[in-house]
Formats: sequence, structure tokens, C-alpha cells
Amino acid sequence: MLLALLSLALIALVLSAPLIVREIGRLRSRRRARGGLGGPLDELHLFDPGRERRAEGRARELLRSCVNDEEWAMYRDLGFIRVAGKHARRDGDRSAPGASPYAYLVYPHRPIVAYVPASGQLLSEYCVEFPDLTGGGGGRHRLPASDDVLAKWMALTSDEDRVIRRANMHLVGRQLDPARVRRDLWRLAEWERRRQVPQRTK
Amino acid sequence: MKPGHGEVLLAEGDPRVRDEEERLVEEFRRQLDEGMWAAVPITDSGSGRREAQMVKSYRDIPDGAERVIFFPRASGG
Repeated sequence: MLLALLSLALIALVLSAPLIVREIGRLRSRRRARGGLGGPLDELHLFDPGRERRAEGRARELLRSCVNDEEWAMYRDLGFIRVAGKHARRDGDRSAPGASPYAYLVYPHRPIVAYVPASGQLLSEYCVEFPDLTGGGGGRHRLPASDDVLAKWMALTSDEDRVIRRANMHLVGRQLDPARVRRDLWRLAEWERRRQVPQRTK
Repeated sequence: MKPGHGEVLLAEGDPRVRDEEERLVEEFRRQLDEGMWAAVPITDSGSGRREAQMVKSYRDIPDGAERVIFFPRASGG
């Protein structure tokens, strides 16, 4: 009985072998058409577990080389960067020296939050992303976290209006917890206070 | 910046050398044709703050710029 079953299994395997080979060939050609090499190197590339970690490491270095020391330290210590808004909210803001009337908190892979630094009032959140345009990743890939912050920083500091126009604007609370944003503002204030103390004592 | 990869060096060269500049221009156009945005990190001469300058053509690149960073254009998330 066992021998008969084994014989049947062997016959089934032999008969289905051409189908299996054809299916493997089809999968390979499909992968090649998507832009992959289809060879062993490509498979190695796809399953490299350290790739994202290395990409994030490079992204952090790139971010550090672009922003100023304070912004870098802010991102390193707090996980977000503050970018000052360039427009005046009211006529009175135009003549007010120093601090900007509003600013943005830039988080990695989360909406940008606009707020009033003087009062801590949360204004709105802007949902924006930088999708893969090449289509090679099939929409699965996204920028490393620090690259996402850098892209938002570059977009806001170079052409604030354009990125805000493209973003989906909501009241704070749609994706971000307002309590958490307020806590981040408190952390930022504490962080700045601690940074100012050593400078004063010098 | 390339999703899934991070920073990728696309081309490098001295823009004062003609052949190298042609290569840089070609790569610049290719990136913009693919829909990428290009920016150059600069220091604002007035405030001294770091910021980026968006460039839409090769001629817009400020003199002495060490690099141009291409990144996917923003869209509503």
C-alpha cells in the first residue's frame, strides 16, 4: 500500500514538473519586466535585512549636513524639527521683530503641524508625503525617516506655499493626538531652556 | 533621495569642465523629467539661517553649490 502511494506521488511529480518549471520561468520574466535583474544578486538585494538601517544612517548624515546645528540637535534629541513660517498672519506681525508668528513641527512620516510659538495654539496639520515616482517599488517603498524630514524641511524653507498647497489640511487631531503635540511643544520649550542655561553661564 | 534606498549618488563632476558639465546637465534634466524636485541647501545671507533653494533649471543652481538634492515631489498624504 505504502509502495503504491509513493509510486503515485512520484508519477504525479514527474507529470507536474513541466508546469512547475513553466511557472518559475513566468515569475522570473515578470520580475525582469518590473526592472529587477532577475538573477541571484537581485534576490540578495531584495532580502537584505540591513538595507533600511543603512539607508537611514545615510539619511541622518545627509540631514545633518543640510540643516543648522540647532535643528540637527533638535531632531536628534526630540525627533522633530521646527521650521519658522515665512508669512505674516496679521498686519502687526510684519512689524514685530524676532520670532516668527507661526511655525511648523516637522515629524518623520507624520503630518506637519502648524502652531503659534507665542501662545502654543495649534493651527492645523498638513498631511504630505513623498511617494516613489519611479514605480519600481510598486508603491511599497517610502523614504527613510530622516530623508522624509529633510524633504519636508527643504520644501518648507524653499517654497512653503507650494508644499502647503499640495498637502491635505486638517484640524489637528485627525492623525496626530493634540495632547501629544502639546507635550512635544513643552519638551521643545524645556529643551531650549536647558540649551540656553550653559550659554548664559559661559 | 530614493524611496527604499535613501541617498543615491547620481552624478558628480566639475561644472567648469565641459564634458562633466554636460553629464551633470543630462542627469539634472532626467531627474526633473521623472518628476523629482531639486533643491540646494544654502545659508541665507541676511539671517544666517540654513534653508533650501528650489531649482527648476540647471541655470538656477547657485554658483559654488556643492550638490543638488533630488527628492520626490510632495503630494497630499
